[in-house]
Amino acid sequence: MTHSYGMKHLRCILFTVLSCTLISTAQAADSFITVASTTSTEQSGLFGYLLPIFEKQNAIKVHVVALGTGQALDVARRGDADVVFVHDPAAEQKFLAEGQGVVRQEVMYNDFVLIGPKADPAHIGGSKDILVALRKIEAAHAPFVSRGDKSGTHAAELRLWVEAGIDLDKAKGPWYRDTGSGMGPSLNTAAAMNAYLLSDRGTWLNFKNRQNLAILIQGDNRLFNQYGVMLVNPAKHPDVKREAGQTFIDWLVSDFGQRVISDYKIGGEQLFFPNAKRSP
Amino acid sequence: MEALSVAFGLVTAGDVKLLSIVGLSLSVSLSAALIAALFALPTGALIAVGRFPGRQTLTIIVNGFMGLPAVVVGLLVYLLLSRAGPLGSFGILFTPTAMVIAQAVLVVPLLTALTRQIVEDTWRQYKEQLDSLGASTIQATATLLWDTRHSLFTVLLAGFGRAVSEVGAVMIVGGNIDGVTRVMTTAIALETSKGDLPLALALGLILIVLVLTINALAFATREWAQHRFG
Amino acid sequence: METIFPLSLSGVSFVPDGTPVLQDVTLAIRQNSRIVILGANGAGKSVLIRLMHGLIVPTAGSIRWAGSEVRPRAQALVFQRPVMLRRSALANVAYGLKLADIPRPERRRRADAALARVGLTHLAARPARVLSGGEQQRVALARAWALEPRILFLDEPTASLDPNATAAVERIITDIHTSGTSIVMSTHNLGQARRLADEIIFLHRGRVVERTSASLFFSQPQSAEAEDFLKGELP
Repeated sequence: MTHSYGMKHLRCILFTVLSCTLISTAQAADSFITVASTTSTEQSGLFGYLLPIFEKQNAIKVHVVALGTGQALDVARRGDADVVFVHDPAAEQKFLAEGQGVVRQEVMYNDFVLIGPKADPAHIGGSKDILVALRKIEAAHAPFVSRGDKSGTHAAELRLWVEAGIDLDKAKGPWYRDTGSGMGPSLNTAAAMNAYLLSDRGTWLNFKNRQNLAILIQGDNRLFNQYGVMLVNPAKHPDVKREAGQTFIDWLVSDFGQRVISDYKIGGEQLFFPNAKRSP
Repeated sequence: MEALSVAFGLVTAGDVKLLSIVGLSLSVSLSAALIAALFALPTGALIAVGRFPGRQTLTIIVNGFMGLPAVVVGLLVYLLLSRAGPLGSFGILFTPTAMVIAQAVLVVPLLTALTRQIVEDTWRQYKEQLDSLGASTIQATATLLWDTRHSLFTVLLAGFGRAVSEVGAVMIVGGNIDGVTRVMTTAIALETSKGDLPLALALGLILIVLVLTINALAFATREWAQHRFG
Repeated sequence: METIFPLSLSGVSFVPDGTPVLQDVTLAIRQNSRIVILGANGAGKSVLIRLMHGLIVPTAGSIRWAGSEVRPRAQALVFQRPVMLRRSALANVAYGLKLADIPRPERRRRADAALARVGLTHLAARPARVLSGGEQQRVALARAWALEPRILFLDEPTASLDPNATAAVERIITDIHTSGTSIVMSTHNLGQARRLADEIIFLHRGRVVERTSASLFFSQPQSAEAEDFLKGELP
């Protein structure tokens, strides 16, 4: 009867669903670690270059969840990551102080650059001084896009405003656009609005939709952007894969890992500069 | 135009990465729609047939939740599956399983509401006949589900469409991990972030064509079945 | 076999939300009856049939089967528009048997037999929904007959059918009655009432105005309402 035919059909579908789900869980059950990192490392293409090399040498898959630094640290705080790889030293110190991380090791740096429209309505080009440039932007009320997402770049931007002696809470106006999104989306916004913004160099170099944007300020020591890596504290989060996580960290700061980082280039330009200290 | 040629290039090259992303999108969203249906179809039918206090309130709630924002579902499922959450010990956050769960939760209200509407319309025609034959509520529910199967198939497709097109929930619970939890929508979001708009748009086109093809096939099957079996 | 007759209604009214549809109906139906319910549109024919069948409950009065208020299972109702389930003709007949808890092998045998009696064996495997209106009504009759009811209610079973299909349905109703089942049906078709009825129940504005033998009703209606009705309705 039609009924039994239908049941058979249903069973068949169910079987397919279950096997699909099982396959996907089986794939995930390989030895892997979860790294909470920043959009800049992912979107600059560094991980796409570096991880296959690591995975070939070690039987460990690396699952990168790319978020803003603040969010990445929060994911780790809930025990959902084994390693954090971020770029906001102040927030990282706080994370350590809470006992969430084991040891912080510096891995590499690159720098932030101030991006803006080539027409440069606030006339900031030609100088190296980021603080002067920010003062001019504020004075001209030229459109400025902020990440506004507690990312490392956002933290760096806020720090620079303070150093420039500008109280953002008072100075904020329609010229200051808080996007609350990642580096890429913020760059898209800035490109569409001909606005200034602070970006990490890596994401900028890998960013394709530049339109009229260009680097206007770079090379100021204040624009230094340090990346650090930490194992999430297994004492606090028993599910942390301590050994595999440590293997990844050790590899990153090893001579070989450091060389791989310096080998990553876009258009001949090096994106990240390794600077791990050999002893803690 | 550039997007079209990029899309064409990707498809004709049989890009392995693209294929795995497409495959994951399909398997995750189909699984989610089917799992949601296992719960939503009987529930929707029972709401349509059953006579119990609070039925109307339940209907309104279910209808309202059809528009549930995907991010909210993603966040809730994230909090559930997080190591610090109640289901953390399973360790399925940032896996395709987590994505299936989130999308299933997302589409349950949609499937339930549509099922209730379809079954209730048919129930109006059937009620006297089934009552006359002495059908219990459960028997009537089963009969109605079977008799509305062609329409419910369309409902299932609607669920699949909603699941495969959402980005908020899978982004949060899947983490958009390259090669593991990256699906069409999160890949599109990522390429947009990178400012590679032609590639993002090309992926979008492929997703649209894929969904259209599946719907066309399903529609043809349904038409054929309805013609053949009345 | 214990009897379910007489079916007796006493003081039965149906007044949903203040509008009286049926008022103070008292009547009894004996075994082997063949009763046709007549009356104008809105007289309450369908409601009376649904009350007797048990689809709706009276707002006043009582309905008893051989003195008991328990509704017996050995009864069936055929509607004006048959509800055909989305499955084969045979499965439609078997469905009713399944709900009546008839074991599976028995179900198949009885469904086959019922379809044969309505002359639809050749269409048994056909999806019921693609059958013609007349064929569908015959499937509905087979579905009812397979239940081996002691009493069969029919609510204007031929109102949507052409003359050929109507004749087939009438033949089946006669066969069902001959097999020992009481028939209670409503119709608009006076010719059909003459052909099928032993007794007439005549309803007017929710009340039973007349209950007489068919021959008497058509030759000498006792009430003015019935007389008007016969005059108005005769072709």
